[in-house]
Amino acid sequence: MSAETPPTLELVRPVPQRRSLSSRPTTSDRVFVSGSRLAAIATLLIMGLIGYFLTVGAWPALEQQGWQFFTEKQWLPETGQYGIAGLLEGTVLVGVIALIVAVPVSFGAALFISEYAPPALKRPLVTLVDLMAAVPAVIYAIWALIFLQAQLLSVAQWLSVHLGGALPFLTVKTPDSPSSYTSSAFIAGVAVGFVIMPTITSIMREVFSQAPVGEREGAIALGATKWGMIRAVVLPFGRAGIIGGIMLGLGRALGETIVVYALISPIFDWTTHPLESGTNTIAAHIASRYSESNGNAFAGLLAAGMVLFAFTLVINTAAGIVVSRSRSGAATEI
Amino acid sequence: MTITSTADPVADAPGSPASPARKPGSLVAQDVHAWFGDHQVLSAVDLVMAAGEVTALIGPSGCGKSTFLRILNRMHELVPGAALAGQILLDGQDIYDPSLRPIESRRRVGMVFQKANPFPTMSIYDNVLAGLSLTGQKVKRRGKDNEADALVEHSLRSAGLWDEVRNRLGTPGGSLSGGQQQRLCIARSLAVRPDVLLMDEPCSALDPTSTRRVEETIRQIASEVTVVIVTHNMQQAQRVSDRCAFFLAAEGLPGHIVEQGSTSDVFERPRDERTADYVNGRFG
Repeated sequence: MSAETPPTLELVRPVPQRRSLSSRPTTSDRVFVSGSRLAAIATLLIMGLIGYFLTVGAWPALEQQGWQFFTEKQWLPETGQYGIAGLLEGTVLVGVIALIVAVPVSFGAALFISEYAPPALKRPLVTLVDLMAAVPAVIYAIWALIFLQAQLLSVAQWLSVHLGGALPFLTVKTPDSPSSYTSSAFIAGVAVGFVIMPTITSIMREVFSQAPVGEREGAIALGATKWGMIRAVVLPFGRAGIIGGIMLGLGRALGETIVVYALISPIFDWTTHPLESGTNTIAAHIASRYSESNGNAFAGLLAAGMVLFAFTLVINTAAGIVVSRSRSGAATEI
Repeated sequence: MTITSTADPVADAPGSPASPARKPGSLVAQDVHAWFGDHQVLSAVDLVMAAGEVTALIGPSGCGKSTFLRILNRMHELVPGAALAGQILLDGQDIYDPSLRPIESRRRVGMVFQKANPFPTMSIYDNVLAGLSLTGQKVKRRGKDNEADALVEHSLRSAGLWDEVRNRLGTPGGSLSGGQQQRLCIARSLAVRPDVLLMDEPCSALDPTSTRRVEETIRQIASEVTVVIVTHNMQQAQRVSDRCAFFLAAEGLPGHIVEQGSTSDVFERPRDERTADYVNGRFG
């Protein structure tokens, strides 16, 4: 604007009409967009339908039992006395034992692969861990039955005999007999821990390896040791990935069926002694009773399934939110 | 080691800045050759970086000056396949001596990178002290002989950042602007009291105002610490450095120093034609 022009002239100039900024997508774009939109809707729809049919199928049992369904430990549909209190406790117990076993190993393995492994070893290890995650659970179940179970008996016995005095929940009724330990929540939990280990390792490794090179070098250049650098840069960066990986592992552990089914002997009570034979989880219970149930007994199984479905949905969603909200997880697939 | 062992007695007086860092160190490169795998990137580099001076390393991209800089604090060896020949003497002692741990060399020879890299979720205060905690040095954070506060203030003052952040030391380092982040990185490097500070194009991502502030900072800290700076900016090299080394790598050959000397000589009376061409912007 030149100095001679009066500023008021600017004001009387009319504001031009806004233009449309949208453009017609090409045919290929339209086809692709509607195709992918359909696929996205389909996944939501399937999830919704599963929830819907579970609820409809479970309704007779929930109607009959009311809140008692969540407080009753026994499972006697013939007498109308059944609920998931015992199953739920067993499910959480096995899940927690699995985490206690899996998390430290996964954490160490993920750190080793992303930070310490020589390049020649790194790639095979990543592939191997991913491959382990793809091994069907039934293979883990067979391996646990023919190998792990026998190995863990002595561990369970040792724990019970040596630590039972200080920690009474580790005792069993007949500590000298190996059969006291054979089908416990502990053994099932350890086996499930092996199932979820690759998943947790994979997620943790992924976020660790994304820790920015600039910050890593910054710490090293200040004179940090490798471990100091990991503590100052990699772990804070990967914190959400660690939490998310653990939660996702827990989600898998809660739903793990065949491994638990193969190892435990079912009881319908609260498992207060995890080393002692006898426990039960929702998934294993459904698998074992599915074929022989009808009527309200079947509805009860569906109701138990619905609870598990809701439980794992909440945990996995929470894990997804934790990971994606973090700085490290923005680019991580879980 | 504690801070008090090297600190000036006045450091503890309230309101006074902490003591200046110890005497700057002299760095001498003797017949340095460097490789990445089979590829040689540096050949026969001899350079004296005198104590208390600012030495600028200039030259076109790919001539090995950043590699040379990273050799000076043993960051070079972090790259897989990196190899080295020759010696780097810090106050007469070879930093590649097998008896010396790399972390000790890196603590004495600090580094500021091209891209500012503060620890983004750590507070400004903790960022400045990060080097001390990373190297296991204890510094009192509480009580009346609080050394940490004085050290943070002194480091931030030296880096020319104190006035801008004094009222928000608790906010994350990542919340600062790019130029402030770079000066925070300088403060962080100064807090461990290095003998030498290496700077790898510290202003290449900064706007002119921030660049000017960082250059002022470099001039200010030169009395405390020997500075070696890589820069592509000829004016910057002239403004901040006392001495200058011109690196060049001919096609397919490793980089080497074509000419070195006082900055005024290199820029105003270059002996080599290639130096004259480069400093006058005729290539590179």
